[in-house]
Amino acid sequence: MSPLLSIDNLSAVSRRDGKPILRNVSLHVDSGTIHGLVGESGAGKSTISKIILGIVSGGVVVTSGSVMLGANDLVRMPEREKRVLIGSQMALIPQDPLTALNPGRRIGDQLTDSLRMWKGMGHKAAWARGLELLDHVAIRDPQRVMGLFPHHLSGGMRQRVLIAAAFAIEPKLLIADEPTTALDATVQKQVLQLLKRLQAEHGTAVVFVTHDLGVVAQICDAVTLLFQGKVMEQGTAETIFNTPSHAYTRALLAASPRYDDPAAGLNPIDDAVIAACRAEVAQFDGAQHA
Amino acid sequence: MPETLVETRGLVVDYAARRSLWGPANDATRVLRGVDLHIDTGEIVGIVGESGSGKSTLGRALLGLVPATEGEVLYAGHPLDAQPEGALSLRRQMQMIFQDPMSSLNPRHTIRTILTRPMLLHRVATSQAAADATVAAVLDRVGLPLAVLARYPHELSGGQRQRVGIARAVMLRPRFVLADEIVSGQDVSTQARVLVLLRELCAEIGMSLAFISHDLSVIRALCNRVYVLNGGVVVEEGPCETVFAAPQHAYTRALIDAIPLPVVGTGWLAA
Repeated sequence: MSPLLSIDNLSAVSRRDGKPILRNVSLHVDSGTIHGLVGESGAGKSTISKIILGIVSGGVVVTSGSVMLGANDLVRMPEREKRVLIGSQMALIPQDPLTALNPGRRIGDQLTDSLRMWKGMGHKAAWARGLELLDHVAIRDPQRVMGLFPHHLSGGMRQRVLIAAAFAIEPKLLIADEPTTALDATVQKQVLQLLKRLQAEHGTAVVFVTHDLGVVAQICDAVTLLFQGKVMEQGTAETIFNTPSHAYTRALLAASPRYDDPAAGLNPIDDAVIAACRAEVAQFDGAQHA
Repeated sequence: MPETLVETRGLVVDYAARRSLWGPANDATRVLRGVDLHIDTGEIVGIVGESGSGKSTLGRALLGLVPATEGEVLYAGHPLDAQPEGALSLRRQMQMIFQDPMSSLNPRHTIRTILTRPMLLHRVATSQAAADATVAAVLDRVGLPLAVLARYPHELSGGQRQRVGIARAVMLRPRFVLADEIVSGQDVSTQARVLVLLRELCAEIGMSLAFISHDLSVIRALCNRVYVLNGGVVVEEGPCETVFAAPQHAYTRALIDAIPLPVVGTGWLAA
């Protein structure tokens, strides 16, 4: 079976100065699996997720490669068809649930937008489905919550509402962009559990963007590790965490603070490792120009 | 026997009642409900809790930035508002490193002004030249190039700004520094560097550090002792080894269980 999402040899540059942002990135995500997109700031993980969602800013130009959702190439599709495909088959769970929700509209209206838009439901049917969805993400008293505004809800509740909204259209592909970074630890765990349960129930493919290797180890089936827009290592979660082959992967793992090992958080990444990564990137750029 | 530098006794902090534009006035909110805490000279103490636990309020109260409703805060054995050396000296001895360096550094000042002005104000340096010399040494110590001196805060990267914030705090040779969530949201590699730097600086100038964080893993790496705060009350306190190896309070256990380790196959999500 071919993967649901296939990104092949995707390269992008900055429109302003022509500097590479993505360097020949390939990654494949099967239905029913969670693929972790990991890297530090500037690695290009958000750019990739925006290209998939068709919301990349005008400052980024895709120069080569393809992004296939099933049989459709999102990079080359006419804008109008792309919009329908993305809207009906993909959903996003954003990092900050407060800015993602319109502060002036009730939860119920925002939650049912996609149902009316993409599922052709009438107001009444969509509202009833909205209640079910809230119930499904373990929100108590959904009737009341549908009538509230975003500022009435806690951060964890808002993220649950956004997860409910994301699964409303039963998307084939879900992009989760640092969905729990803004949450307290205990709330983060509940939200991840919820996300995992819904994903398994619906057989959704998920691209999970994060910088937290702990979260990746617990929720992802496969991992792509990026550095300055270039894939440094890619593989199953077992391989990446148990037998990492790239020095950068090993250094990142060693530098992640752990409550069971006080020394771990005091292991900065060696300058030599970063220099080697930069050299790898430079070598790639050199080969492109040659 | 280490001496206690900062201490709170039965600290209660209320935020005053607010009059609502419509409807009845809100009651005062009690944020801290009787906190006893002490930080010894040279000690690195973690204060951990989730949002609304009162950890930031506690930090601010330690510096005297929010008034105590009941109880007291002592610095070197004297109440904050009755310091034998006076208020200005206290301000020099107690410094703060902020979470968001972008909003804590004046955007209209160059890094040179930001760093040298406090030294002149507190007469730690008697001339601009002397201040510049100290700044150069401290910049080198925190790993920033001298070239940043002519720049403005917005021209630096997030990691560099954070280092400026650290340099600004330690420049005055404080005895006590409060760091409030200073590594949250940073990359793993930057984070480890900042933690190592803080540890070394504490040892070098013998300062005490109160490190507020929601991240127990970071606390474990940096701190000698930890206070776990929940609902404005200290639910558990102790040396990090003990608290992490055998947490006594259910809330501490819940906090530790909520942290995902970078290890596969733990069954953490199912638990």
